[in-house]
Parts: sequence; structure tokens; C-alpha cells
Amino acid sequence: MDITSRTGLPRLGRTSATRENLAGWLFLAPVVAILGLFLLLPILMALWVSLTSWNGQGSPFTGKVPFVGLDNYTGLFTRDDLARENFMVSVRNNIYYVGIVVPAQTVLALGLALIVNGRLLKGRTFFRSAFFFPSVTSSVAISVVFLFIFANSGAVNSLLGFFGVSGPAWFSDPRGVLHLLLGGLGVVDLDAPPAALTAGGPFGLSWWEWLSGPSVAMCTIIMLVVWTTSGTFMLMFLAALQDIPVTLEEASVLDGAGRWQRFRYVTLPLLKPTVFLVLTLGLIATWQVFDQVYVMSQGNPAKTTLTPAYLSYRTAFRDFDYGSGTAISFVLFLIIVVLALLQRWVMRERAADPGVRRRTRPRRS
Amino acid sequence: MKHSYLRTAALAVAAGGILLTSAACGSGFDDKAGQSSAPQSSGPASLQILIGSSGDAETAAVKEAAAAWSASSGNTATVTPAQDLTQQLGQAFAGDNPPDVFYVDASRFADYASVGALEPYGDKISNPDDFYQSLRTTFTRDGKFYCVPKDFSTLALIVNDELWKKAGLGESDVPADWQQLTAVAEKIKAKGIVPLALGDTRDRIGAFMVQAGGWITSDDGKQATADSPENLQALEYTRSLLKDGLARYPKQLDAGWGGEAFGKGKAAMTIEGNWIKGAMKADFPDVKYTAHELPAGPKGKGTLSFTNCWGISAKSRHKEQAISFVEAMTKADQQMAFARAFGVMPSRQSAKEQFSKEFPDDVPFVNSAGYAHGPVNAPKMDSVLADFDAGLQQLATTAPKTILTRLQKNAQGVLGG
Repeated sequence: MDITSRTGLPRLGRTSATRENLAGWLFLAPVVAILGLFLLLPILMALWVSLTSWNGQGSPFTGKVPFVGLDNYTGLFTRDDLARENFMVSVRNNIYYVGIVVPAQTVLALGLALIVNGRLLKGRTFFRSAFFFPSVTSSVAISVVFLFIFANSGAVNSLLGFFGVSGPAWFSDPRGVLHLLLGGLGVVDLDAPPAALTAGGPFGLSWWEWLSGPSVAMCTIIMLVVWTTSGTFMLMFLAALQDIPVTLEEASVLDGAGRWQRFRYVTLPLLKPTVFLVLTLGLIATWQVFDQVYVMSQGNPAKTTLTPAYLSYRTAFRDFDYGSGTAISFVLFLIIVVLALLQRWVMRERAADPGVRRRTRPRRS
Repeated sequence: MKHSYLRTAALAVAAGGILLTSAACGSGFDDKAGQSSAPQSSGPASLQILIGSSGDAETAAVKEAAAAWSASSGNTATVTPAQDLTQQLGQAFAGDNPPDVFYVDASRFADYASVGALEPYGDKISNPDDFYQSLRTTFTRDGKFYCVPKDFSTLALIVNDELWKKAGLGESDVPADWQQLTAVAEKIKAKGIVPLALGDTRDRIGAFMVQAGGWITSDDGKQATADSPENLQALEYTRSLLKDGLARYPKQLDAGWGGEAFGKGKAAMTIEGNWIKGAMKADFPDVKYTAHELPAGPKGKGTLSFTNCWGISAKSRHKEQAISFVEAMTKADQQMAFARAFGVMPSRQSAKEQFSKEFPDDVPFVNSAGYAHGPVNAPKMDSVLADFDAGLQQLATTAPKTILTRLQKNAQGVLGG
């Protein structure tokens, strides 16, 4: 402001700036209106619903709908009832789900991308399409196919039977994999778990329940999702791999780097932005998992495939408790935001990475 | 720079505000719920009918009946089969645009009635006392008979004739009470046959609770009565059947439900409803079987009934015409037509004789109507009962008392009783 007044052209400068601004907003107006109407407004409306105990009859935006403040939110964490237990069970299920799916699909996608990026592979186009194919197929269709494959007498169990293994009843097996593992190793007795773990735990769920691991039923959903999404992320890695200048690779070869060193010190650091993208997208998508649960298991068996997204839907549309339902979805939103920020912080660009330098220097001297 | 940020923020807030107000003024959010009753329009109406159809046969039969009513009354009725009735109704209510007439499942009835979505018209239908008393109780809340039952099903004991003979049993051996059931099951087990395939949910095991004189809630659906000695006795008995290998859950028999295990010949008996008839005809046409009334418990005979009613929306603008439609659908001869088309049982007692004559094999089912108990008729119990089912799945390894205490606590939390 001071500068413009000193130049002696205050009026002209200001009007042209204002007009430019106005024109800018005019050009943006359609997008702002559309995004506001279809994105921002529904979110704000849902936020309002989460603060009420609306029962789904008539409009929630009248004075007759009881306002309950943060009750729906505090109830999820502090009230000792079934709603909190269901929510905590769904969070537990989803933590295991995210913890397995995100690393698995990222590694698999990177591996597939490296393979189809290789110059020696014959029929690369075929493999690229083949790996990408599950991603473009409807998730509902794939879920239904998996239902058949993993049925009690389905293809998977027949195959296992061929090797003399009697497969589990995949979709009706609520036993936690971690429990089974601990029981199998003889660490704990599954019928009488250690009292120290069953005695108590955070949010009304005992430590023993928190440590169940994904159930056998959940594992089938995990397998399905890893298989379908790795194709999409493979495409992203592939694009990034093809952006890496060949000269860099040649330079590292001249420096005497082996295949692993070339991958670890040249390719991987250059892929870092893509890894961040894939991890973030994976994190968001896995926390929001819904359609597979809806089609395949509806939260069964014994709630072990219940996820917050599905629970939110069920609470709202089946129990007519729209307030709690939307509250769950906002808690889910917060979980995702916090985790994405945390991940950004972990993977932030460090000004100077001493670790890399120390390791590379001695080799050069 | 700071100045421009502030202004952008102010503009964004203003834009958001304008959007909010404009949406609030929009016609989509008119508050119809506030008015005590929706404005009614007389004369020829166009009714929207949403049905949760069991299949093509039912859809076709309802469409045909609706067309006949339209022709005679001068109204029009559009019948739409729902993909997912519960979800579609929930969305329609939330969107303030529900169909005029729709199926209401007995287990969901209280949810709809408690939020005021249903018109209590039951007593306006001619001769309402003709509907079975147990079915009327199911659709009564706070003393109001809300909607009339469309048809119903009950559970019965289904016996595989061939396996029965193989175990050296005759017609007189069909168990009439729990002691006989145990005795017969032991005889069958001795021949290396699984005696009973029993569904692992409240919708099957609940029958034992009724036979013992207990139930999950009080009759008016206001109080939780899960933790009672009667229920404990029922679960203890069921548990003894499971532990001694006299009964198996379908899952253990590699089947999705009792009827499948029974049809595959993996069990000599099962407890299922009259829908098993259609399933056996389609999937296992060669299996010979008979249906019998369920064995009585310590407090006499008991079974469970499953039913839908014709719900009329409280927001419908054509309630008079909707009631006339339901009247036509629930006439005794129309119910018989539905029975012939897709194998359901008429909910009117005046059709019983005719039904028993035409479908002699179904007599045990229709005879059970007198002592049948409907599903839990209290709102918001869905997740509580799902949790109870999860407990029942572990019945063989969990103490029944633990399961019932948990059910009692959860149900009390919802009912506030």
C-alpha cells in the first residue's frame, strides 16, 4: 500500500487491481458455485446433522430437530454401550486392514511397475493391460466373483484340498489371524486367553480383542483389494519410472553401481513423490472401504469385517440414527486427515540427508 | 498479501452463506413433517407401491392384483420391486418423498412406527379381527394397530423321510416335546446321521425361548426381558443339543442355511419356515420330507412368525385410496391367489380352511399361527440383535448366562428400560 501511494498512481493501481480481481472471481464463479453446491454445502449440511438427533423424517434444517451438540461424538468414545463397542470394533478392523493393504499394495504395485518397465520383458503391453485390468473392472462384480472363489466348496478350497489342506470357511470364520498365530505357536491358549489381556483395555474393548488381528473373513477382502488396486498404482509408478532420465541410470552404471544399488540410491529416491502419492491415496481409500464390505459380508461374521464407513451407513439408514452415523463419518474424516499429515511429516523433504551422504561418499573416494 | 487473504476468506464465506440460504429456500427442503397430517386429495390418485419381492412370481402376482384394483377403482397403481427395501425406504423418508404403500418387515416395523413414518390405519380395514391375533400384536404399537399383515410364515420341524426310516423311526416317533426331541436325536445320532440342522440366529433358536415361556422383550416392546430364567433354560437346552452333537449349525455342515444342509441330506431334521418348500422344489426335488409342528417346551407350544405388512406412509397424499388398495390386497380370495402364486400363507383366519384344503402339506405351518411369536417389535434393536446373533454363534463355547446378560444390557441401553 505504501509503495503504491509513493509511486503517485494510487487510484489507477487500485482500480485495475480490483477489476482484475473481480474478473478473476467472475471466471471462477461457475467452478466455485458447482464445488460449493455439490461439495462444500453437503459437507456442511452433514456436519449440522451430526450435531442433531435427526431421525430421518422430514427436513433436518428446521427448529423442530433436537440439537444435541457434541453428544453424538462424545458418545462414540465415552458412553459404555453397544454403539461405542461397534465403533471401536470397526476401527480395530480397519486399522488391521489399512496396516496390511497399504504396504502390500504399494510394494506389489512397485514390483509390477519395475517388471513391466524392464526393457527385456517380452509382451510388455500385454502384461501392462493384464495387471491393470482388475482396476477398471467394477468392484461389485469382482466382489461377487470372489464370493464364489472363496465359497466353502469353491475354487480356492478345492485347490487347497488338492494339496491335502482343508481350507477354512472363509466368509464365516470370525477368528482373528493374530489369535490363530499366537495359539498355533503355543504362546496363548485360545479357549482361555491370558487374564492380563482380557481384564481391560482402552474404549471398552479388551487388549485381547484389540490384538485379534484381521479375521479370516477380512483376509479375503484384503486379498481382493490388494489385487484390484495394485494395478492402478502400478500405472502411477510406471509413469514415474519412465520419467527417470536414462542418463542418470547410465551414470550410476559407470560409477559401478549394481542393480540393487541403482534401485536403492537412484530409482527409489527419484520415485519418492510418487511413493508419497500412492501411500496417501492408498491410506484414504482403505480407511473408506465400503463397497466390498457391503457386497461380500455386511460386517459379518461376528462384526469382524465391520468398518467405520459401513457402520456409518448402517447406523444412519438402518437404525435411523443419522446423527451418530454422520458423527462416525466425521471422526473417520479426522482420522484420515491426521494420518495424512503425519505421513507428510514423516516423508518431508529433508534439506540435507546426512545418511545418504555418509553412505555414498566412502565408496567414491 | 494478508489483506488479500482476508478478502478471499470473506468472499468464500459470503459465497457459502448465499449457497446455504438459497438451498434452504429451495423447494426440496419444505417442512412437511411439521404439519400434523399431509394434505389429502380425493378423486383418482396415482399410487406408488414399493415391494420387497421374493422373486418374479411375487412381483407378477402383485402387479396383476394392482392392475385389477386400478381397473375397478379408477386409480392407477405403479408397483416397483425394490433392490434393497430397507435402504430405499430409509432414503425415501429422509428425502421426504416416500412411496404411498410399501412392504414393512415385522422386524423393522417398530423402527418405522416409532419415528412416525407409518399411518395407523389397521382398524379401517374391514373386519380387522379376522387377522391372526399374533400378527396383529406384531404390528401394534402404543395401542394402535398400524398396518395389516400381508401374509405370514411360521417355523416347523422338517423331517427327511428317508433318513428317518434309516434311523429306524416311524411316524409316531415325531417328537412332541423337548424330551422326545432329545431321545429321537440320540437314536438318529447312533446311526451316524446328524440329527438336526439348526440356524444359528435368534430367528430359529428364539423358538426355543418362546417354548420355554421367555422372549427378548416384553409384549409391548418397551422393556428388555432377556435375562430371565426361561430364556436361560432355552439356551441351556439348545447348548446341550449342540454340545452332544444332536444339533449342528448349518455352517458346520458346509451349508448356508438349515434348508440347504437338510436338502443335501446332511441332517435328518431342520427347523425352517414354509419357504423351504420353494427351495426344496427348486434345488432338491428328489428329497422326500414332511413338516410337523415344533416340539413343545416346558411352557407349551411355541414357534416364531415372520411377516410383512402393507405400510401406508404418514406423508401420503392419497391415504384414502391407499387404504382401499390394501383392502383389495388383503381380501381372503386375493390372499389365496397370492398363496397359489408364490407359496405364502394368508394372514386372514377366514382363509385358513380354504388354504388347508388346497395345501394339506402346509397344515402344520398354518396351525402354528395360534401360538406363534413375532419378531422383536422395538425400535433401534437391529444392532443389538445382530450382536445377540454373534453370541449365539458361539453358544457351544460360551456360557448362556453371559450371552443373555450382554443382550439384556444392550437392549436396556436402547430401550431405556
